[in-house]
Amino acid sequence: MDFHFILTHIPAFVEAAWLTLKLSFWGVIFSLLIGFFCVLMHFFKLKFMGNLCQIYIEFSRNTPLLIQLFFLYYALPKLGLHLENIFPLNLLCLSVDESLRPAFACAIVGLSFLGGAYMAEALRAGFESVKKQQFEAGLSLGFTAFGNLRYVILPQALAVAMSGISANIIFLIKETSVVSIIALPDLVTLMKSLNSLTYKTDELLFMLFMGYLCIILPLSLMLSWLEKRLRYA
Amino acid sequence: MLEILNVNSLTRLGEGLFITLEISFVSIVITSFGGLLLGILMSLKNSYIYAICRFGLEFVRVMPLLVWLFIVYFGFSRWLGFDLSSVAASIIVFSIWGSLEMMDLVRSSLQSIAKHQYESAAALGLNSLQTYAYIIIPQALRRLTPLSMNLLTRMIKSTTFAYLIGAVELVKVGQQIIEFHNQNDFAPFIIYGLIFMLYFIICYPVSLYARNLEKKWG
Repeated sequence: MDFHFILTHIPAFVEAAWLTLKLSFWGVIFSLLIGFFCVLMHFFKLKFMGNLCQIYIEFSRNTPLLIQLFFLYYALPKLGLHLENIFPLNLLCLSVDESLRPAFACAIVGLSFLGGAYMAEALRAGFESVKKQQFEAGLSLGFTAFGNLRYVILPQALAVAMSGISANIIFLIKETSVVSIIALPDLVTLMKSLNSLTYKTDELLFMLFMGYLCIILPLSLMLSWLEKRLRYA
Repeated sequence: MLEILNVNSLTRLGEGLFITLEISFVSIVITSFGGLLLGILMSLKNSYIYAICRFGLEFVRVMPLLVWLFIVYFGFSRWLGFDLSSVAASIIVFSIWGSLEMMDLVRSSLQSIAKHQYESAAALGLNSLQTYAYIIIPQALRRLTPLSMNLLTRMIKSTTFAYLIGAVELVKVGQQIIEFHNQNDFAPFIIYGLIFMLYFIICYPVSLYARNLEKKWG
C-alpha cells in the first residue's frame, strides 16, 4: 500500500463522493415524490392514472438502470429531447460543470425513474398494512379524504413503510455507481481513470471501497435509528 | 430506419443475450443451492454461525455490486495471481451476493413457521430430520418462492454490470452495433429500445408469476 498516493488523492475522491451524494439526494427526493404520487392515485381511486402508474412501475422494476440511462443519454437527444433544458432539471444542473449537465440530468431522471417504482411499492405496502376500519373511522369522524390521509392513514402507513423506504434509499445510493457509464465523474469513474493512469489498483480499490463505506454506513445506521424511532412513535 | 435490425445484428444480439443468460443462469443455480444451505445453517439457533452469516450479509450489502465486481475482477488477478475472465468474475460476485441475500430470505421464511408446527411434528413422533423434510421445508418454500423470484429478477437485471468490467454481453453487443451504424441517427434509439424490451420480456413474466403466487399462497 502506497499511503502517500492515497493521501494525495483524497481530495479527488471527496469531490467524486460529493457528486454521488448530490445525485443520490435528488434521486431520493424525486423518487419519493413519484412514489407518493403513484400511491395517491390508488388512494383516491383514480382508475386511469392508477393503471398508468402500474404500467410505469412494472416497466421500471423489470429493466436495468444501466439500459435506462443509456436510453436517456444516447437515444433521447437523437429525438431532440434534451433533459437538461427542462424546467426543474435545468435549475438542479446549475450545481455542476456545464459539460456534465446533460449526463447529470439523465442520471437524476434515471435514478428517479427506477427509485420511484421501488418507493411506490414500499409505500403501497405501508398503506396496505393500515386496517380498513381506520379508513372508515377517519371518514366517519368527519375528515375529508385529504384530512383522513394526512392525520389518520399516513402516520400509520409511514411507520410501516419506513423500513422499505430506507432500504430503497441505500439501494439508490448503491445504484449511482452505474452513472460512470454516462461519463459522470463519480467514485467508479475516478477509480477507473486513475487506474489507467497510475496502475495503483490496490490503493484505488481500497479508496473506492472506503469512499462508499463512508457514504453508506453512517446513513444506514442513521436510517435504522430513525426506523426504530418511528416504530414506537 | 429499421435496416439496423438485419439478420447479422440480430444474431449478434442473440449471442450477447446468450452470455447474459449464461451469467444469470449459472449464478441463479449456485444461489439457489448456496442460499438454501446457508439459510438453514443460519436458522440453526447457533449464535456463532448466526453472527458470521449476518456479518457476511451486511458486509456484502454495504457495497454496490459494481464495487465488488471491480474488487474481484481487478483485485483477484493481482492478489491470487490468476486471470479471471469478466464472465467468471461476474458469476463469482453474483453467486456470492445472491447466496447471501437468499440466505436471509430462507432464514426469515423458516422463522416465520409457527412454533406449534414443530411441536405438533414432535407430538406425532417425527424426528427432526423428518420434521424438516415433511413439515417445515414444504411450508417455508411456499413463503420463500415469491420473495426469491424478486431476487431472481434483480440478479438478471444486475447482469448488465458485467458490461462494465468488459464482458461482451447484450449491452456491449448493442453498443458495438450502434457504433457500426453510427451514420444512422436512430440507431441508439432502436437498439437500446430493443434491449430495454428484451430485459422487460425476460423479467416481467417472473415478477408477474411471483405476484400471482403471493396472491394465491399469501
